[in-house]
Amino acid sequence: MPTKHLLKIEDLHHSFGEEEVLKGISLSLDKGETKVIVGPSGTGKSTILNNIIRLVPPKKGKIYLEDTEITTAKNINEIRQQIGFVFQDFGLFNHLTAEGNVKIGLTKVKKMNKKDAAELAMKELDRVGLKEYADSYPSQLSGGQKQRVGIARALAMQPKLILFDEPTSSLDPELTGEVLKVMRNLAEEGMTMLVVTHEMGFARSVADELIFMEAGNIVEQGDPEKMFTDPDHQRTKEFLFQLTDLYGEGEK
Amino acid sequence: MLDIFMEYYPLFFRGLGVTVFVTIISCSSGTVLGTFLALGKIYGNKFISAVVRTVISIIRGTPLLVQLFIIYYGLPSWGINMAPITAAIISFIINSGVYQAEYLRGSIQSISGSQLKAAQSIGMSKWQGIRHIILPQAFRRVIPSWTNEFIYMIKYSSLAYVIGAKELMTEGKLIASRNYQFFNVYLVVALIYLIVIIIFVYIFNRIEKKVTIP
Repeated sequence: MPTKHLLKIEDLHHSFGEEEVLKGISLSLDKGETKVIVGPSGTGKSTILNNIIRLVPPKKGKIYLEDTEITTAKNINEIRQQIGFVFQDFGLFNHLTAEGNVKIGLTKVKKMNKKDAAELAMKELDRVGLKEYADSYPSQLSGGQKQRVGIARALAMQPKLILFDEPTSSLDPELTGEVLKVMRNLAEEGMTMLVVTHEMGFARSVADELIFMEAGNIVEQGDPEKMFTDPDHQRTKEFLFQLTDLYGEGEK
Repeated sequence: MLDIFMEYYPLFFRGLGVTVFVTIISCSSGTVLGTFLALGKIYGNKFISAVVRTVISIIRGTPLLVQLFIIYYGLPSWGINMAPITAAIISFIINSGVYQAEYLRGSIQSISGSQLKAAQSIGMSKWQGIRHIILPQAFRRVIPSWTNEFIYMIKYSSLAYVIGAKELMTEGKLIASRNYQFFNVYLVVALIYLIVIIIFVYIFNRIEKKVTIP
């Protein structure tokens, strides 16, 4: 079924063994939109992202990237090139420099020539503020820098959208700011983003739409400002207040 | 001792040449075999993984000398005849490959799975991820074990003497049975092994330092 959305998820189900972690999730994302998914741990937020690019193949439901149904598509490697993914634990390639990390997808997957790939890699590293660290290896970078390399690596593939899976959750609090700033800039430049995070300040000020999930269901979704001040569900209110208390407003 | 070496050095060197040749061929071919076995065991389907496990357990569970005898003395009854050196190299490759497979398996599994997921997330196939991301790191980590394996192989290659392959030990025995100076001749042989191993260890340590990731 063709859609006009960039990404559309219909009735997505997933289970690990007996435990159903996603109980029919539907959501869509238009070009240039940033949507943020929040919710308690273990509610299936990350599973949605993993289902989209089939690192974890979904059990039931349909996912469309523009007009293509990608849940069953054969050319998954081509589809993954169009959807960036930023991991909680960075997933950097430890034997490659920052530049090498950004470049390898261009040379090995996109078969770009080395010179063009190096140029583009440097451009993307510059975009995340790490041009001077191009020759550093992951072990020589701080957590925040590693994650920015991870973002540059995703950007270099020139994806149609980027999925962020708790990008700041394994960072020290003082390092989250630099990563959120890069993400905020991307959102402002019109990148389409689907973000799973606990950073309430970011969610409130950057998201076009906030999605609150619990126990495998979407409880409420809508304008973040409204959800923070006057949510429809009592549960949303409890959760958002509790997290805002815990994490503060974040950088605003 | 020195006089023995000076008198027979062409024979010692000929034997040493064979020893080093057999070791290098066996170890490097063993690496290729070991890589396939390790990948088969980790990433293969149930069938492949089970086959690899069985092969590894059979080869590791039987003495190298017995394997060597089966290949050299046993196979001819099936109509397969080969020169001593060929039989030695084949059995060493199989033996070394199996051990290296286990070293490499440990090394591969020590690399975080999230790197392979990340490789797939930028559109690499699983195989591309293994080749470009996992193996380059696994090979680096396996160098210390590989150095060990190479040292073992230099020494174990002396087993080839029992089937008459003309390596260093065989030459030593021939010389000793000619001049009856068993003690001194075998001491020279031992010293040659020692020196060659020290040289190779030095080379491999240099390589290890050179390719190490910060």
